[in-house]
Amino acid sequence: MTKIHVKTNINGDKVEFLADPRETLLDCLRDHIGLTGSKEGCGTGDCGACSCIFDGDLVSSCLVLGVEAEGKSIETIEGMAGEKELHPLQKKFIEMAALQCGFCTPGILIAAKALLDRNNDPTESEVRYWLAGNLCRCTGYDKIIKAVMETARDIRETA
Amino acid sequence: MAKDELAKEFKYIGTRPDRPDGFDKVTGRAKYGADVAAVGMLHGAVLRSPYAHARIKSINFEKAAKLDGVKAIVTRDDFPVGIDGDTLKLLENTIAGEFAYYDGHAIAAVAATSVHIAKEAINEIEVEYEVLPHVIDVDEAIKPEAPVVRENAGDFSVPEGSSPNVASYIEFGTGDINSGFDKADLVKSGRFKTEAAHQGYIEPHACMAQLDHDGQGEMWVCTQGHWYIRQMCASVLGLEASKLCVTPSEIGGGFGGKTTIFIEPLALALSKKSGGRPVKIVMSRAEVLRATGPTASASMDVKIGITKDGYLTSGLVEFRMQGGAFGGSPVSEALQCAFASYNMPAVHHIGYDILANRPRAAAYRAPGSPMAAFAVESLIDEICTDLNLDPIDVRLKNAVKEGDKSSYGPKFKKIGLIETLEATKDHPNYSISLGDNQGRGVAAGYWMNHGGETSVSVSLAEDGSVNVTVGTPDIGGSRASIALMTAETYGIPYNSVRVNIAETGALGFNEPTHGSRATLASGKAVYEAANQTISEMCKRVAKKWQIDPDAVFWDNGYAKPAGPNAGDFSPISIKQIASEMDQTGGPIAGHHEASIRGVGHSFGVHIADVEVDPETGRITVLRYLVAQDAGRAIHPSYVEGQFQGGAVQGIGWALNEEYVYGTDGCLQNAAFLDYRIPVASDLPNIDTVIVEVPNPDHPFGVRGVGETGIAPPLPALANAVAAATNVRLRSLPMSPAKVLKAIKTGSDGC
Repeated sequence: MTKIHVKTNINGDKVEFLADPRETLLDCLRDHIGLTGSKEGCGTGDCGACSCIFDGDLVSSCLVLGVEAEGKSIETIEGMAGEKELHPLQKKFIEMAALQCGFCTPGILIAAKALLDRNNDPTESEVRYWLAGNLCRCTGYDKIIKAVMETARDIRETA
Repeated sequence: MAKDELAKEFKYIGTRPDRPDGFDKVTGRAKYGADVAAVGMLHGAVLRSPYAHARIKSINFEKAAKLDGVKAIVTRDDFPVGIDGDTLKLLENTIAGEFAYYDGHAIAAVAATSVHIAKEAINEIEVEYEVLPHVIDVDEAIKPEAPVVRENAGDFSVPEGSSPNVASYIEFGTGDINSGFDKADLVKSGRFKTEAAHQGYIEPHACMAQLDHDGQGEMWVCTQGHWYIRQMCASVLGLEASKLCVTPSEIGGGFGGKTTIFIEPLALALSKKSGGRPVKIVMSRAEVLRATGPTASASMDVKIGITKDGYLTSGLVEFRMQGGAFGGSPVSEALQCAFASYNMPAVHHIGYDILANRPRAAAYRAPGSPMAAFAVESLIDEICTDLNLDPIDVRLKNAVKEGDKSSYGPKFKKIGLIETLEATKDHPNYSISLGDNQGRGVAAGYWMNHGGETSVSVSLAEDGSVNVTVGTPDIGGSRASIALMTAETYGIPYNSVRVNIAETGALGFNEPTHGSRATLASGKAVYEAANQTISEMCKRVAKKWQIDPDAVFWDNGYAKPAGPNAGDFSPISIKQIASEMDQTGGPIAGHHEASIRGVGHSFGVHIADVEVDPETGRITVLRYLVAQDAGRAIHPSYVEGQFQGGAVQGIGWALNEEYVYGTDGCLQNAAFLDYRIPVASDLPNIDTVIVEVPNPDHPFGVRGVGETGIAPPLPALANAVAAATNVRLRSLPMSPAKVLKAIKTGSDGC
C-alpha cells in the first residue's frame, strides 16, 4: 500500500515519517521514529500501555492511525523527563516502588500526568477511576495509586 | 555465615533504595521483547487453528509464497522427525503435525518484509481440516466415553478402565483416614471447581531470532529463563545448545507463563529458511490468550474431619485437573499444598492429570496451590461456621511448626505460619465492624518454594565498585535485592554495585526466575561468589603485609589485621585493593555454581472484607490484608509488591477471570475487554504485614516471597461472600450472575 508522508511534532521536535495507512500511531512511534517507550499490550484500547497525549488529549495510540498525526502535537513517555531531572511522577514511582516489571509504567505515567495536569488534588477514587484504563498485572495498583497521590500532594505544596 | 548471624543488624538489607533499573523503566528506555530491530529484519506471523480439534489433511501455501515480500514459510515439515517424549510434546505444541489440538494451535508461520505482508500471507495459506469431536470441561473429559484428545496419552500410572484422557494418576497419604474420620465430631465434604485463568502479563510474547545454516544462531527474547529457551529451542530444532546464544530482554511480566517456548522455534526456523535474516515475531493479545498459558481448570472433592474443639483429624482430597492437550496440569503441586498448612494425623491425596482440547497449561504463580487452597480453605471455613469456631483460632490449633512432618513428606525446618496467623489476628482489619451485606473471610496459603540450578559471577572494577552477573531476569526488582545483598556482603555502598542479567554464553545454566527463586537462589550464589573475591583480596593484602592470609579479615569494605598479633597495619580499602589489582596478580573475580537447596517454606494468611449487592450480585472488596512470612525482606517495598500483586491476581481469579468456551470449543473471550483482569477502580489498598522468621538455610534468611500470595484470595473471598450472604459458592469465578443465582436459589455454582 502506498505510504503517506506525515509531518508532526513529537515531544517538541518536528518529525516526518512515511506511514502505511493501516498503521497505528503506536506502530509509527515505535517502528518509524524509534520511540519504543510506548508499549503494545493489547492493540484494542483495553490496556493503556500505549497511552500518549495527542493534541492535549489522553489517547490510546493503538486506536489512532499514524496518518492522523499530521499537523498535531504528540507527547510520549520519552518526552516526560526534563533535561536535568525526572518528572516528579517518575521520581516518585521509583522512590515508592510503584513498578515491578515496568511494562505498563510508561502508559501509567502518561495517564497520571494527564490527570495531575488537570487536577492536582484528586481523591483516591478519582485516581483509581482515572487509571482504570491502564492495566497493571504486577503491583495490584496499591503503590501506583499512593505514588500518584503523594506526587499530587508534593505538587500542591510546591505550587 | 554462622546461623546466629541471622539475627544481626544489617546495614543495607531491609532498606528501601531506588531500584538500579528505575530510570530506564520510567523513561521508556528499557528494552522489552518487541523493542528491538535489526538490519534486514523480517517480520513473522503465525497461522492458527480455528478449530478445537481437527485433523490437518493438507496445507497449501503456494499462493502465500508468491506474494511480494514473503521470504519464508514453515510448517511442521521444516522440523526434525524422530523426536519423542516431552520434546515431542513441546514440538507438537509449537507447531501442529497431523492434528490441531486446540483453538489457536499454530499450523504454519510466515516471514515477510513487513507485518502487513506476513499477515496477508497467513490469510492466503489454504488448510484442509477434518473437524474432530472435542472436549473442554474437565468433568466431561474424565468420562470414559469422552472424545479422545490424543491417543495413548496415559502413562504407566493411569488405572485400568480410566478415561483415555487421563494422562497420569497420583495417590499418596499418611495415617488411617477412616479412623481419623471416626474420631471426628463433624465430617464435612464438598465439590469445588475453578476455571482456567491466564497469567495476564501485559507484555505479549516477543522475540527476534537469527539462525544460519551452520547451526549458529542468536535470539533476543522476553522470557523468565533464557537457558530454558535455549534448551527447548535446541531440542525441538535439533541444534547444539551452545551454538545458540539467547539474550533476555527486559520482561513485561511472566508469572510462570514465560518459562517455555511458543514462537521462538518458529522464528529460528523462519530465519534459517530465509537465509539467516533476523526474524521478529510479536504475539497479539488474542494469540497470547488462545495459545499460551493459561493455568489448569480444576474439579475437586474434599472431605475433612474435625473435633468439636477444632482439631483436624483427617483429610481426603481428589483433584481432577485439566492442563490442555498435552497434560502437565499442576495436580501434583496442588495435592502437596492441599493440607500442607496443617498438622493432621491422617491425610490421603488422589490426583488426575487430564487432557482437554485447550492450550497447553503453563506454570502460573504457585502452580496448583490456589485451586487446592480454594477447596480446602473453603471447606475449613464451612466447618468453622458450623461449629461456631474462630477461623484463625482453628488454624492456629492445627498449624504446622518447626519439626513437623508435612502432609506430603518433607519435615519442616524453621517456618512462620503461627507467627503469620498471630499477625493477622492482631491486625486492626480483623476487628473492624461490618455492615449489612458485608462479610469477612480468612484463608491461609502455602508454597514450597524452589532453589534450582544457579550460576553467577562477580568481578571487582578497577575503582572498587562491583559488577554482579546473574542469569535470573529481573521481573519485579531482583536487581535491587541482589545489589543489597552484595553491598551487605562487601560492606560497600548499594550504589557501588551494578547487577547485570547475562546472556546464555556468559554463565553456566540457570533456571528461570520462577518458583520464587531469583532473590533466594541468585542471592545465595552471589554471597558465595563475593566471599571468594573477599578471600582473594585478603590474600593479596596478606602478601603485601607479609603475614599469613588467615591473619587478615574483611570488615565493612576493608581488609584489616585480625588482631594485635597479626601486626600493626592500617586497614586497606576495597578501592585501594582494586586500584592495585594489575600489580598484585590481575583481575579479581569470583563465581559460584550450584543447585541451590534450603529454600525455606512460605506461608501466608489473608483477610478479605467484601460487600455483596443483593440486587446485582456484584462483589466489592472493601479492604484486604496480606500477612506472609518473608524469611527476611531484603527490599521490603518489593516484598510488599509481591504480596499485593499476588493477592490481586488471586482476587481476579476469584471474581472475574475465566476462559469462556463456545459449544464449538473455541475461546470466546480472547481480549482484555472480555478476559477481565482487575483494574485500579475495582480494588481497595492492599494492606500488608511482612512477617520475618529467617530461613536458617540462607545467608540472609531469605524465603521466596513471590508465589504464596495468589493462593489465599480464592477461598478468602469465597468465605467473605458466604459470611455476607449466607450462601456458599463452590465454583469460581464468583461473577455477579453466579452470585445472584446463589442468593436467589442457594446454588453453589458447581
